[in-house]
Amino acid sequence: MAFDAKIPNGEMNEKWSDYKGHVKLVNPANKRKLEVIVVGTGLAGASAAASLGEMGYKVKAFCFQDSPRRAHSIAAQGGINAAKNYQNDGDSVFRLFYDTVKGGDYRAREANVHRLAEVSNAIIDQCVAQGVPFAREYGGLLSNRSFGGTQVQRTFYAAGQTGQQLLLGAYSALERQIALGNVTMYSRHEMLDVVMIDDKARGIIARNLVNGELEKHFGHAVLLCTGGYGNVFYLSTNAMGSNVTAAWKAHKKGAFFGNPCFTQIHPTCIPMSGEYQSKLTLMSESLRNDGRIWVPKKKDENRKAIDIPEEERDYYLERRYPAFGNLVPRDVASRAAKERCDEGYGVGTTKLAVYLDFKDAIVRYGKIEQGKQGDTEASEADAVKLGKAVIEEKYGNLFEMYEKITGENPYEMPMRIYPAVHYTMGGLWVDYELQTTVKGLYALGEANFSDHGANRLGASALMQGLADGYFVIPYTLGNFLADEIRTAAISTDHPAFAETEKAVSDRINTLMNIKGKQTVESFHKRLGKIMWEKCGMARNAKGLQEAIIEIQELKKEFWSDVRIPGDVNNMNPELDKAGRVADFIELGELMCKDALSRNESCGGHFREESQTEEGEAKRDDENFSFVSAWEYKGESDWQLNKEPLEFEIVKPTQRSYK
Amino acid sequence: MEHYNMNLTLKVWRQKNNQAAGTLESYQVKDISSEMSFLEMFDVLNEQLIVAGDDPIAFDHDCREGICGQCSMHINGRAHGPWTKNTTCQLHMRAFNDGDTIVVEPWRSKAFPVIKDLIVDRSAFDRVIQAGGFISVNTGNAIDANSLPIDKKDADNSFMAASCIGCGACVAACVNSSAMLFVSAKVSQLALLPQGAPERESRVLNMVAQMDKESFGNCSNTYACEAECPKGISVANIARMNREYLSAGLSSEA
Repeated sequence: MAFDAKIPNGEMNEKWSDYKGHVKLVNPANKRKLEVIVVGTGLAGASAAASLGEMGYKVKAFCFQDSPRRAHSIAAQGGINAAKNYQNDGDSVFRLFYDTVKGGDYRAREANVHRLAEVSNAIIDQCVAQGVPFAREYGGLLSNRSFGGTQVQRTFYAAGQTGQQLLLGAYSALERQIALGNVTMYSRHEMLDVVMIDDKARGIIARNLVNGELEKHFGHAVLLCTGGYGNVFYLSTNAMGSNVTAAWKAHKKGAFFGNPCFTQIHPTCIPMSGEYQSKLTLMSESLRNDGRIWVPKKKDENRKAIDIPEEERDYYLERRYPAFGNLVPRDVASRAAKERCDEGYGVGTTKLAVYLDFKDAIVRYGKIEQGKQGDTEASEADAVKLGKAVIEEKYGNLFEMYEKITGENPYEMPMRIYPAVHYTMGGLWVDYELQTTVKGLYALGEANFSDHGANRLGASALMQGLADGYFVIPYTLGNFLADEIRTAAISTDHPAFAETEKAVSDRINTLMNIKGKQTVESFHKRLGKIMWEKCGMARNAKGLQEAIIEIQELKKEFWSDVRIPGDVNNMNPELDKAGRVADFIELGELMCKDALSRNESCGGHFREESQTEEGEAKRDDENFSFVSAWEYKGESDWQLNKEPLEFEIVKPTQRSYK
Repeated sequence: MEHYNMNLTLKVWRQKNNQAAGTLESYQVKDISSEMSFLEMFDVLNEQLIVAGDDPIAFDHDCREGICGQCSMHINGRAHGPWTKNTTCQLHMRAFNDGDTIVVEPWRSKAFPVIKDLIVDRSAFDRVIQAGGFISVNTGNAIDANSLPIDKKDADNSFMAASCIGCGACVAACVNSSAMLFVSAKVSQLALLPQGAPERESRVLNMVAQMDKESFGNCSNTYACEAECPKGISVANIARMNREYLSAGLSSEA
């Protein structure tokens, strides 16, 4: 199948304004007749639904949570980037664009990233106008911090709760449109398939999760804003309900899946403590600004961290990467932690953790405070006391969260951290207009294969979700809908709705009738284990080939031995979960195939066969400078299509943090 | 931190659906690690129930890191359990001892009807927000963010109010099932900011009217809401909302 990214011609910095100047428009009278379905109400979905409602389209929005305010965007801690240059430190749209392309290890599409950087400033304006309470300076102006090793301070934040505040802003805009009757909200609903009529997406089948009924909904267009699929690994920083189902159904209806194996492993998460573990919690990346990461120099060390003398500690990031030290990008920091633990230097009961130590920062800040007070004679103990207060002001809520989970006081004992799955750069392949390879079907935010290439920089996920929803889709959707003004709303009595509903219903009944012995959860855990061990931070061909076979076997076992209690016509969270895990199993196989075919290391994706003599990631631009766009052909059968990546402006170089 | 394992008796509210009558059922769980979260202990129990052929307990949860506001259990008579400034999902089993009996019920409020077991319908909160918990600014209308300086103290207070996660613990903790803390947090967040000024009066009047319509009770200043709020939202917000309401009421009558 031929596919076209539809990148506008012209200079990089004129593409978007030129596109907007020539795109087709829909007049207000016609907008009222056009219906749009938005699935998912996180940053991308809520901002899209609200904006399209304001424009006059008839919008239906769906989320599986009990309220749109609970989408997992809410958990983002650190911040949101924008090229405002409020700090007068030389930032610009070009620099944000450049950093994002480079940070993505040259696997993102330049034109999309440039547009993202261009609209970044309008996002901050919009959010402030909605009443999002960003951090401010004493003069009343907005505060910024640096984040993820950038050289400029371009990150806007609201303490450690930036995602929450941005989502509540978009949610309040959405609720306003609901009150005005422009958006109809369906909470506790899960999309279970796309309805196709004449090769266009024309609606969805959704399950009402309260009473189990299947519902048919028509839309002239369908927008999937359903987030990432990190839960394929079972343990991740995602919410328990985060899933791939909507995107996967779209994939099976013809939407290509882009770079499925591009997963971001975040280096600073609280390690797992036992087999019962249900999720992992992130500790914001900002902690690496002040914490030093180390492991004992001796293997199988059993002393407590504070009893290990300085000369017996290996600050391995500072040793390996003297230029960036503890601030190397996420992918580098994660791999280095895994390497130390694999070699037997890990700490804690599971030996799968490294220390993140604030001792030196506490003393350093304490001495600065003493200096401010003119007290140069004071003891080190006083400095520690003052320093702890400074650290508390900066990271208090994170330290508190750490202590609640682990029962350990990180002011006294170094934190134990380990990398965890956090974000998926892969997702549904979309063109410049955010349209998938299915006409009328769009993907926004983390659900698309997105602007982050092979590695996402800190504070840019929130930016992308809101860019897509507030400032991209309102233009690009019109370009499609302008040709649909003569399409009257299609009745859900149309045979395509009935057929799709029957297929969904049959699948549910098949699942319910297996009546096997093993729980959904146990299958999910086993899938996660295969994925983490063989398609995680480091991968090789042999492991990936094994994983594909293991997943195919797991799939057979699932469909013959899963046990789902309860019935179809009631609330049944186990049934909901079973459907999601069944889709994760299929996705897992594709991720391994994608990882296998990409025999290069890039960004978060480390192929052991492709490394430098020093053991660093080796990208292979000659053979792999493309987006892998997988086309579904049937069970365990995909065709790889390649979208070549051309870099007009940011010429690829090997990243080095030495 | 020393870990230990414990055996527990759980008494959990079971209710098939909104129409059915509910009852407390007893369950035994064994070898629960002190390092588990409270909801992981429920996962263990549910796996046990499924394997035994019973219906697992339905409960709301999603992020499991204390921010989405979806988890909602009334544990041993307290909303979100024994720890202060904490959500159910962040409660860990260290809070309990071997041999303990733990009673778990859903949020109890007329405005939050039970859907199943421990799951309640909190859509009343969404409708209160629909009545006015926003600033009417369409996408694309915003001025440059720094063209409107805001006193840091007001911005900080606004942020503190905005950190409400909408879980409903305030309602569950209140003898009157009052939603004053939730509503006042949103009113305060927007009343403290200059962007919120144009709709300041209609907002508080409409939100309070909707709150009453949803059959939440009145506030009798017991402050149980603040004590049980996982985010420590202050009752000072209720005082602020009362002032806003009075002054809006006066000027709308004029």
